Amino acid sequence: MKVGLTADQELLVGTTRKYLQDTVPSDVLRQLRDRPDGYDPDYWAAGAELGWAALLVAEEHGGGSVSGQGLRDLALVAYEFGRHASPGPLLTTNVVAEALSRVGGDTYAQPLEELVSGTAVGTWAYAEPTPHGGLGEVATTAVADGGDWVLTGEKVAVEHGAQAAYLLVTARTGDGLTQLLVPAGTPGVTVTPQKTIDVSRRFARVSLREARVPASALLGAAGAAAPEVERQLRTALVIQTAEMVGALDRVFELTMSWLSDRYSFGRPLASYQALKHRVADQKMWLETSHALADAAALAVQEDDERAGELVSVAKSYLAQYGPELCQDSVQLHGGIGVTYEHDLHLYLRRVVLSSALFGTAREHRLRITSLLESRNSARKVQA
Amino acid sequence: MSVEEIESVEQFRARARAWIRANLQPIGSDHRGRMALRPDDEELAEVAEDRRLQRLLYDNGLAGICFPKEYGGQGLTRAHAEAFDEEIDGYRFPERVQVPNMTPCATVILEFGTEEQKLLHLPRIMRGEELWMQFLSEPGSGSDVAGAKVSAVRDGDDWILNGSKIWTTGAWWSDWGLCLARTNWDVPKHRGLTVFMVPIHQDNIEISRIEMLDGSKEFCQEFLTDVRVPDTDRIGGIDDGWTVTTRWLMHERSFTSSPYAVHALGGDGELGPAAGEAADHLLTLLDRSGRADDPAAREQIGEAYTLQIAMRELNTRLHALAGSGKGSDQLASVGRLMHGVGAGRLMTILFELGGQDAVASDADDELFSNLGTRFLLRQVASIGGGTTEIARNLISERVLGMPRELALDRNVPYREVRSAPSGGSSASRRS
Repeated sequence: MKVGLTADQELLVGTTRKYLQDTVPSDVLRQLRDRPDGYDPDYWAAGAELGWAALLVAEEHGGGSVSGQGLRDLALVAYEFGRHASPGPLLTTNVVAEALSRVGGDTYAQPLEELVSGTAVGTWAYAEPTPHGGLGEVATTAVADGGDWVLTGEKVAVEHGAQAAYLLVTARTGDGLTQLLVPAGTPGVTVTPQKTIDVSRRFARVSLREARVPASALLGAAGAAAPEVERQLRTALVIQTAEMVGALDRVFELTMSWLSDRYSFGRPLASYQALKHRVADQKMWLETSHALADAAALAVQEDDERAGELVSVAKSYLAQYGPELCQDSVQLHGGIGVTYEHDLHLYLRRVVLSSALFGTAREHRLRITSLLESRNSARKVQA
Repeated sequence: MSVEEIESVEQFRARARAWIRANLQPIGSDHRGRMALRPDDEELAEVAEDRRLQRLLYDNGLAGICFPKEYGGQGLTRAHAEAFDEEIDGYRFPERVQVPNMTPCATVILEFGTEEQKLLHLPRIMRGEELWMQFLSEPGSGSDVAGAKVSAVRDGDDWILNGSKIWTTGAWWSDWGLCLARTNWDVPKHRGLTVFMVPIHQDNIEISRIEMLDGSKEFCQEFLTDVRVPDTDRIGGIDDGWTVTTRWLMHERSFTSSPYAVHALGGDGELGPAAGEAADHLLTLLDRSGRADDPAAREQIGEAYTLQIAMRELNTRLHALAGSGKGSDQLASVGRLMHGVGAGRLMTILFELGGQDAVASDADDELFSNLGTRFLLRQVASIGGGTTEIARNLISERVLGMPRELALDRNVPYREVRSAPSGGSSASRRS
């Protein structure tokens, strides 16, 4: 339940919902398991015409929001993606599109046009494997060499890495972070599909072995990308948490109707207090999840000074209670809840997947404490 | 009523800020909240100070922000009330005047009182002259509010009340009780109730203070013996008290975010504090625990902060839903459940941070010794104001429409309903 949407937002939500219902109903989703790419490129391109990849992009690059608040618009789309466990590179393409758009100028006009129109996919190569698997750890290096940049390192859980035409690589230069846009097929770049728990979302390992890109591939200033990386993380978390809430809403609906329809010992499951009380807890988690995801989207949209904390608050809450709500729903469904035939697992997968990417509950709790400390000491210095 | 130009939120905020800074005391680090233990004479002094501050607010156009002007309030909006909470944060304000006095007591009078009753009592409440408490729970019925057994029998223009009420906060220093009583035993329990206004300090009411496990004696039990109440002090219709009580309980469940009361945003963090205050308190604890480098402790601080923000944002959402007409009043039960569950977990985290200091500390160490006592009282947040079990019933039945629990007292004259011989209050009761 969302309150206070504008007419244009209602339209965006309505057209997206109808398109997803018509194009990728759950029987289609189940079949996507067998597609290596996880979605039909035509499906993505047609969806892009609804604005899916344009909301965070400046108008001069062919983008534009529907309400003047592009990230909140996108969160509404992500919510619908969650409700339908929809396929497609929504999160990662939007993160890359926003990053390129923010550079400004014409440098990235071509890739932006392709991303916004849905003819190409962009992905963010951010996370790294153990022993650098912690949230925000970057060991991949970007070294200036002549007029070029040379990248060396390993990236994992790169969303739709094997389908992407453009990889936004976050690397380290000395003590600072550097971001480079690497076209797929660049020599020294090896993309290997990974196994994943989702039926349609795909991930890849990206190995960078002295991959060489020209100076024009650099976003912003070398060694000074940390604020932009933080911004990308916030955007990713807003999309991710909105999508999780959509999936949880659907799981809750499925559970409520199951409890009403199923009879045991001559009465509906919904009449047992032991189960009613569990559903009440689920409702509490669900409403709180809505509240936190919305608050995070608003804070990031408005560049609030607490935006960094709020996205982590939303993620740490959702990463804890989202999977819990889903698993409790599976338990209430009994055996049918763990079959491939039932829809429940489509949402369970999406929620569990998201709980572990871009930071676990634990990592975000630790991040919150560090952010609070930084702000506290910054304030003391000011005073 | 003609359309009146009301003060804008920003004008109001500026006015409130200037007045608060000029007239109220900032709360120091030694400030102890309303529930802190203190000798009776100190408690009475605090009550007197709260009444004085309330009068000051009234005299300066800052009392009862959302109550209508004709009853001594300011006739402003929730947004004004929230701005006021933010501005008064960090300053001493009349805590004892807020809950349950301003809400649910004054809000019930506002909703159901006659014009005469409202004109008489509400301005006095706004001025701090009358402090109201709830005569709601009974020794034999806590969660089962409609099972009230205090009887009210008609006698000419009066009613005669007999029975006992319990869990009344601060009845020993309060003035009036809003009392739920049974006026008809021959109809089902919800249809034989009536609400009365009762002056607390009179010969026919005996007040007994209950000692809680921390030594606090703020909760009271009252024994009513032939208490005479004029019919003009009845709120709502005869035998129609459940209509009043339904709203009464709704106001009680949503007290943490009611615009009718002033809220402490910071401090102990149980009421969904402003983000900044919550963070300061948590970082102080982390620092004092000596575990600032312990990842387990740091993780718990992150979780505690998450819960505090979660409680606050949930309240904001529930109000937006109620305001938009998309959610029922019963959604307040979701906030009530979260308050109990969230505060409980929060208390556990803080207690664990305290470690051994929370159970055995130097006499002058209030920070950590309080954590131990507060942990002992952890479940209060899940009991007071309606238990979390009742909240779960309401969420599943009223919000989600699941089948109602089997009740053996429905559609049965109340005098035929079975109850425990002892009234259900004896701890040594055997089955």
